[in-house]
Amino acid sequence: MSSAVLTTRAAVPAPVPRHFANAGWYALILPAFLLMTAIYVAPILQVLAISVTEPTTGLDNYERLLTNAGVQRAIVTTLRIGLITTAIALLLGYVLAYVVALASPAAQRWWLLAVLVPLWISVLVRAFAWVTLLRRQGLVNQGLMNAGIIDAPLALVWNELGIVIGMVHYMVPYAVLPMLASMREIDPRLLAAARGLGASRFTVFRRVFFPLSAPGLAASGVLVFIFSLGFYITPAILGGGRTLMAAEWIKMQILDIVRWGMGAMLATVLVIAILTTLAVFSRVVNLKRLFGAGA
Amino acid sequence: MSQAHALSLVGLTKRYGSFTAVNDVSLDVAQGQFLTLLGPSGSGKTTILMAIAGFVAPSAGAILLDGREITPLPPEKRDFGMVFQGYALFPHMTVAENLAFPLRVRGMERAERDTKIRATLDLVQLSQFAERRPSQLSGGQQQRVALARALVFEPNLLLLDEPLSALDKKLRAELQDELKTLHRRIGRTFINVTHDQEEAMSLSDTVAILNHGKLIQIGAPDALYDRPRTRFVAGFLGKSNMISGRIAERIGATARVSVGATTLTQRLATGATGDTVLLSLRPERIALLGDGETAENMVEGHVSAWSYLGAGHSLTVETTDLGSLRLTLPTWRAPFAPAEGLTLRLGWPSDAAAPVEDDGDE
Repeated sequence: MSSAVLTTRAAVPAPVPRHFANAGWYALILPAFLLMTAIYVAPILQVLAISVTEPTTGLDNYERLLTNAGVQRAIVTTLRIGLITTAIALLLGYVLAYVVALASPAAQRWWLLAVLVPLWISVLVRAFAWVTLLRRQGLVNQGLMNAGIIDAPLALVWNELGIVIGMVHYMVPYAVLPMLASMREIDPRLLAAARGLGASRFTVFRRVFFPLSAPGLAASGVLVFIFSLGFYITPAILGGGRTLMAAEWIKMQILDIVRWGMGAMLATVLVIAILTTLAVFSRVVNLKRLFGAGA
Repeated sequence: MSQAHALSLVGLTKRYGSFTAVNDVSLDVAQGQFLTLLGPSGSGKTTILMAIAGFVAPSAGAILLDGREITPLPPEKRDFGMVFQGYALFPHMTVAENLAFPLRVRGMERAERDTKIRATLDLVQLSQFAERRPSQLSGGQQQRVALARALVFEPNLLLLDEPLSALDKKLRAELQDELKTLHRRIGRTFINVTHDQEEAMSLSDTVAILNHGKLIQIGAPDALYDRPRTRFVAGFLGKSNMISGRIAERIGATARVSVGATTLTQRLATGATGDTVLLSLRPERIALLGDGETAENMVEGHVSAWSYLGAGHSLTVETTDLGSLRLTLPTWRAPFAPAEGLTLRLGWPSDAAAPVEDDGDE
């Protein structure tokens, strides 16, 4: 409300010159805008359009969503892995964010660095690193066998488990950051007040801290889930070609069996799924405002 | 409602590394009393309150409730209501849910809970706001919700951490009156922390003045105001003229105190001839002497500054021996329009000034 008032006030005094000034500013972003539309948005729309033009014009490709077992399996696998990854990444990320949020300012800086460092390492490098760790003769299996805990190597990679491990590792920092931001906004006096009113530490967490950090949890969940829908490199390497997720299935359709229409169709479905998730989520964010959590 | 409780601090000390925030503070709060811990920022008053609430573990000393030691108890086991600075209302709960919180954690049944919540909201006149969220309330209303939440579970003690500091002056005066009425009505023991001396004096039965972590003086507001123990107390509780002199002669309970070439007559219980004394003389105790009027102490000076305050005039008068003296005169008694340079005769009786210890603090 106050921002609306401010805008009106600022707009009133000098309307005419401001238009010219704005036109000048818009001209500055014009090259970037043209570059984006010409080189990024237009080709993408073109590729997506292939889904209704190849091999014949019409919705034939979309009909396959209902009939083709291969594409259905890819979608179900993608959703399943996406949900499992999101759940685990949120759980690990929440604990991590909680520890960071309650640490001293100096310790927080080190924690953040530790959370961010993996983000700077190439996803390819990380995927191969997991392969060397998880394969039959890898460090994990060798270690467990030497310790006498298992007799035969566990199948930790080239299956869904491997994909989930690699994806969770990639996603945890993305889960931590939004949750940490919302946890840092929680007034520590609220926690003290709750204890002073007679609540145990656990009740304070359950009734005060957790509800107040929930918007961050939702934001992290949406972010991680959307990311995992489009994952390509990690599932391709750690799945060993046996578990096909949407992105790899699209790549296979287009590059290996040259069925552009089918590939473009699933790509379109993915884009629509992501936009829908975001649309639903923006409602959730508005809900949060209504709740008055920001005040 | 349950009985009011008494609280004692015995040698309470809190050190943070080499810094001593609270230094050997002992005091007693009787049942049903309204005690205010008053001091400038950094005086340790908030640390003492947090130690009473259980959020700060004392380095030494003990906290007793009705003679029973509660020092090791965590905050949730103490059953003290607390109003935090900034209120600390739960933003994700309605007013009624905020009040329900302390009752729910005590496992109270819903019906009983609702009755209590309604009664407490009535007490602070907020019944019609039960379903609002704190962000939809004004500052004064939020303050009252915080108060209601701290009282709804009938706590042993009510602790208030600068409860009125976030409000504007008019609202503050209003809520001061409400708080006082509330205290009288429910007869519970209140412990308040503030840096506002007017608030402390108008609210409390007892004021404890703190400075640099030490308890300087404790007593009823008028006793502290009329008989401050040290220069700090005199200066912190209202305004005061400080007069430093030497005892020239002692006659029974009074003494002749020489300050430069001027000799004052001062009621003085202790001190021998030759000792230096520091006197605190309140501005309103100095009278303006008309022609022919006399007083036990008389000095002459000229007005160097004056300001009109509506209800009165505040004058600064330069004197030869006593330096500049500040005095206040009710407007209706000022026989002139004050002007700079005007020469005045001032007087006060021998019991107007109070001898204070010089603790080096203004």
